[in-house]
Amino acid sequence: MSVFINKDTKVIVQGITGSTALFHTKQMLEYGTKIVGGVTPGKGGMEVEGVPVFNTVKEAVEATGATASVIYVPAPFAADSILEAVDAELELAICITEHIPVLDMVKVKRYMEGKKTRLVGPNCPGVITADECKIGIMPGYIHTKGHVGVVSRSGTLTYEAVHQLTQAGIGQTTAVGIGGDPVNGTNFIDVLKAFNEDPETYAVIMIGEIGGTAEEEAAEWVKANMTKPVVGFIGGRTAPPGKRMGHAGAIISGGKGTADEKIRVMNECGIEVADTPSVMGETLIKVLKEKGLYDKCKTH
Amino acid sequence: MNIHEYQSKEILRQYGVSVPNGKVAFTVEEAVEAAKELGTEVCVVKAQIHAGGRGKAGGVKVAKNLDEVRTYAEEILGKTLVTHQTGPEGKEVKRLLIEEGCDIQKEYYIGLVLDRATSRVTLMASEEGGTEIEEVAEKTPEKIFKEEIDPVVGLTAFQARRVAFNINIPVKLVNQAVKFMMGLYTAYIEKDCSIAEINPLVVTGDGKVMALDAKFNFDGSALYRQKDIVDMRDLEEEDSKEIEASKYDLSYIALDGNIGCMVNGAGLAMATMDIVKHYGGDPANFLDVGGGATAEKVTEAFKIILSDEHVKGIFVNIFGGIMKCDVIATGVVEAAKQVGLKVPLVVRLEGTNVELGKKILAESDVEIVAASSMADGAEKIVSLVG
Repeated sequence: MSVFINKDTKVIVQGITGSTALFHTKQMLEYGTKIVGGVTPGKGGMEVEGVPVFNTVKEAVEATGATASVIYVPAPFAADSILEAVDAELELAICITEHIPVLDMVKVKRYMEGKKTRLVGPNCPGVITADECKIGIMPGYIHTKGHVGVVSRSGTLTYEAVHQLTQAGIGQTTAVGIGGDPVNGTNFIDVLKAFNEDPETYAVIMIGEIGGTAEEEAAEWVKANMTKPVVGFIGGRTAPPGKRMGHAGAIISGGKGTADEKIRVMNECGIEVADTPSVMGETLIKVLKEKGLYDKCKTH
Repeated sequence: MNIHEYQSKEILRQYGVSVPNGKVAFTVEEAVEAAKELGTEVCVVKAQIHAGGRGKAGGVKVAKNLDEVRTYAEEILGKTLVTHQTGPEGKEVKRLLIEEGCDIQKEYYIGLVLDRATSRVTLMASEEGGTEIEEVAEKTPEKIFKEEIDPVVGLTAFQARRVAFNINIPVKLVNQAVKFMMGLYTAYIEKDCSIAEINPLVVTGDGKVMALDAKFNFDGSALYRQKDIVDMRDLEEEDSKEIEASKYDLSYIALDGNIGCMVNGAGLAMATMDIVKHYGGDPANFLDVGGGATAEKVTEAFKIILSDEHVKGIFVNIFGGIMKCDVIATGVVEAAKQVGLKVPLVVRLEGTNVELGKKILAESDVEIVAASSMADGAEKIVSLVG
């Protein structure tokens, strides 16, 4: 088991003929992901990497039975691509694209109300279920199959955490990058809920950063509902206020969204927070041992 | 992206939002000329910098005649204003706004901002004008009224009316206030704002509702479709290193410390600053070279880091995922040679082809201290910088 995606997930790639999309389509296919089609308007009928290309998402879904899509479309057109995925009633749309205008995303979120599609991202590395299905841009080889769920606002910090776990012999179920934008489709709570319900996931690492209050809300949710241990890390303790730290959503504004406040609330809610990014794995292992879960999570 | 108050007011005028008459001036003579043209009894001389708190720092003066306009313009132009938003080094005033004075009856606050929790634009208002909204929120949260805006229909008249009544705008001016708010909302949407703040909004003795001050921020991701906003950018208000970095698609933010950081990924870049601090060092910058860092980008990143004279050492922290470590190592070596690196350089590489990458670093004739982990790298650079 896993969350959101598994070995049977059929995926289409929106914007498949772009250079980034082509590169990652190849990587995903090599990992074993079932890429069944691609969409680039005007290029229907073509074939790339052995994958048929369609003009519209609807056509691609009808022809292939895909339930998920990954979006590599340039920012000015990406919001429209998400809408198209939602309209085609895909279960999951994962948007990798960075720099989508915020007000475009405000409209997208409104359009998605009451629709069946789950959006992950934008501005995220994607979702990977170890050894089964990789949708996105993350390096596949650092992941090992196991029992720890990972959810994060940052791409490279996710890799860092996963790498530390794998090195320590702790495998993962699914790693979900929810993205660094202020308006996103899936938040921490959505993913934590899924991990809580997944019988294969025994513990979770949650990686947040400055800006907004999503971590605080997630911590409260964990306290009230989570039956599995959660450890965390928050990036940006030294970030100055009022400056956007790379991610559109990583900004302390009006004294709100500081790392210290997030860490305080997480601690209060029973989430142990790693002091530095290099001990995310260690911190989880310590907690696993305390809870008697270490042997069950040790994969090699 | 930020713009000046006078530019924000130009935008407001385009959307039918009332603002006092005024003109920008770059010299004392222009200031006096502007005041003459306005022809009002009282003029306000306002420093134009990209920071709030100008009044308290002596950057806003009321002049009762042309001589006073001249005196104040001379005093403020070229002066370095230090406010709670400029940092201790302050900001030099290079532009003034000369504006007609108005008879203020009462001050209010109106702002539009994205509410991340609801993913909606939210209108916020308070009758505590002139005070920062954060302060009002802390001391008297009951005085802040909010309206969540549905992007399909936009701000509705009834919502604007409700806000106007809630903040006690005089009944006979409510319709004017509604028109004001609707115009402000349209500007916010059409110009891709991230913040539009009117503080204070004033009601005047002659029965007008006006924006006395205006602060707009714009969504950097939407600038490609906002050419007229990009034209308003004042590069002198921005850090020169940050401007240089943006040319190469590098995300760079200058900080006060002496350890230059070069990292791939925003999250890891923030975490790298944190770990440097954790081991007793002070980061000189935030720098994300992005996922597709090329040798050229790495070279430019080095140049930008080293253009900060405070930098006494550099910590490169790369998690090579898709980007292979040997490619990055080659880039780092080339860049270090090109810029003639004279400060200690600690490199931590992890990821694809890491052994090959480490070999390239070890065999190069550039002096590079290899680190086995992020923590090891942070400790090493901190001790080398001393």
